[in-house]
Amino acid sequence: MAKLNMVQAINLALREEMQRDKDVVILGEDVGRDGGVFRVTEGLLDIFGQERVIDTPLAESGIVGVSIGMAARGLKPIAEVQFMGFIYPALDQISSHAARLRSRSRGRYTCPLVVRTPYGAGIKAPEHHSESTEALFCHMPGIKVALPSTPYTAKGLLISAIRDPDPVIFLESARLYRLIKEEVPEGEYTIPLGKARMAREGKDVTVISWGAMLHRCLQATEGMSADVIDLMTLNPFDEEMIYSSVKKTGRVVIVHEAAKTCGLGAEISASIAEEAMLYLKGPVTRVTAYDAVLPLPKLEDYYMPTVERIKRGIEEALKY
Amino acid sequence: MPEKIIESCSVTRLDILNEKGEADLSLMPALTDDQLRELYEIFILARTFDHRALNLQREGRIGTYAPILGQEASQIGTAYALDKTDWIFPSFRENGVLVARGYPLHMILQYWGGDERGIKVPDHLNIFTISIPVGTHVLHAVGSAMAAKYRDEKTVSMVYFGDGGTSEGDFHEGMNFAGTFRLPVVFVCQNNQWAISVPRERQTASRTLAQKAWAYGFEGIQVDGNDILAVYKAAKAAVEKARRGEGPTLIECFTYRMADHTTADDASRYRTKEQVAAWEARDPLLRFRLFLEMKGIWTEAFQKEVDEKAKQKVDEAEKTAESAVHAEPSDMLAYTYASLTPRQTKQMRDF
Repeated sequence: MAKLNMVQAINLALREEMQRDKDVVILGEDVGRDGGVFRVTEGLLDIFGQERVIDTPLAESGIVGVSIGMAARGLKPIAEVQFMGFIYPALDQISSHAARLRSRSRGRYTCPLVVRTPYGAGIKAPEHHSESTEALFCHMPGIKVALPSTPYTAKGLLISAIRDPDPVIFLESARLYRLIKEEVPEGEYTIPLGKARMAREGKDVTVISWGAMLHRCLQATEGMSADVIDLMTLNPFDEEMIYSSVKKTGRVVIVHEAAKTCGLGAEISASIAEEAMLYLKGPVTRVTAYDAVLPLPKLEDYYMPTVERIKRGIEEALKY
Repeated sequence: MPEKIIESCSVTRLDILNEKGEADLSLMPALTDDQLRELYEIFILARTFDHRALNLQREGRIGTYAPILGQEASQIGTAYALDKTDWIFPSFRENGVLVARGYPLHMILQYWGGDERGIKVPDHLNIFTISIPVGTHVLHAVGSAMAAKYRDEKTVSMVYFGDGGTSEGDFHEGMNFAGTFRLPVVFVCQNNQWAISVPRERQTASRTLAQKAWAYGFEGIQVDGNDILAVYKAAKAAVEKARRGEGPTLIECFTYRMADHTTADDASRYRTKEQVAAWEARDPLLRFRLFLEMKGIWTEAFQKEVDEKAKQKVDEAEKTAESAVHAEPSDMLAYTYASLTPRQTKQMRDF
């Protein structure tokens, strides 16, 4: 079995799904000849041709809006937005149309669309290239949000996203793209949307995270007895796994690299309060980025949770 | 090196019927007498329906409503140029289009009465759900055309929007995609001179809206939007061109919104009676009737017959819409995704 990084694993998922289903097409800026600015779509143009790997004009709303039209007519478009910081022109299309189409047409029209976009800080990129605003999309009923943390899960989750009959925002950590290699099998396997993964098992504390931060949580909990949950799907998230872990450990730390206020940690924390409050030994702790505009690279290491900050957060939780 | 002109653009304006109903016979589109009769019937039905909907709103029996008065020729003439297998992407002021395509009238009333079941478009109609956010659906029509091209279907996608819509980014992105990929789309801009209270001059400094197509590498044409023959002719040409694989067209239907923007609007705040009166003489129905009368197609008896038919259909629609059983509250959850999320399953217990 080949050891692949996340770029290669996603590329493999795209290739296999396009081979399996001719309704799957890719649209975006530089996705064809250039293979994408991160090379995620590399080689696909040569295999599938420009009818299926479509270099579009530079227009994010256009890419997503056109994809919605294609999806409504039965194709399965995968739209790439080059960086999450540039997805905002497409928010109207995602929120006003992709999210609502099935509901407002009472199922006559659906939107089996995937919007892939790299997110997150830590690659020393220019302004607007390091956003992590996943919570925006989690607040849109009708949209699903998936965010893998490893090459293996990236492939399985993306295949599920492509086959899902509803729109999925698929967030890929730019920092993780080439950071980790692991064994990724060829051929079909899926990781269901809506299910989390227990990345480490323990008994004293539940640490919940996703994407790039998951790896820092694993580092921070080395030598501890902790449940580390890799959420993988942010909406709908796996409530069952969270509550059963919380009931076991009684202590919770939620870690994300998005700003704190109204981040997804708030929703998870409130849900735990509703469903597992009486099992808690102390307050839920959130370790997040600051409520600040995402800084340029010189300060980004101070902005995102570090292993040290996560450790301190866990120590706080363990005091109770 | 001398400067030289490297590109120049021209915009055609098409008029066939004048206000007295006299047609320029050299420009007549190929329409049989039966088709002309059918167009007139659709026209009367659309106007009768529109009038009734306004009354129902005033009586509090439906919600806010966007009337089409004055724009019927633009809507019916374009929709009539399509085949049943073609696709329509309407905005919220397109009841003339819906009527022309046989959309169940009671469902239109249901929608404006606040019930989504009204836009569960029947399976046999290739009409997209109407779009409220201005201009956003232009992209969906372009995507539909892209799908048609990919599948090598010979269908055309037609999208409707107004003069205000041409100021939106999605309009420009859609036009640009369509030109770049040479897609089978017809863009129908009903320039009704008003985006609620903002006049056409405040949307753009361009002399026409049709000329915007040239910037995207394809043809734009302006037609008298109150002249159903000119509208039909331009639309038919654009549809055939798209079907031949020769790319998109923008049609600017130069017309006028005779009524308020919606029933929640009061147009007297921003335009004078005189302005509106000037357009009354250009009524699209009047001139079409005069034309048919001169051709010997229209008679008092014919008018009586189509009026009665229209009234009967609208009566029935009103009755069906109002006797519909109340929508299930759980419907709002049931159609969010293909299946309920665990959290939605719990929320469902409230109903």
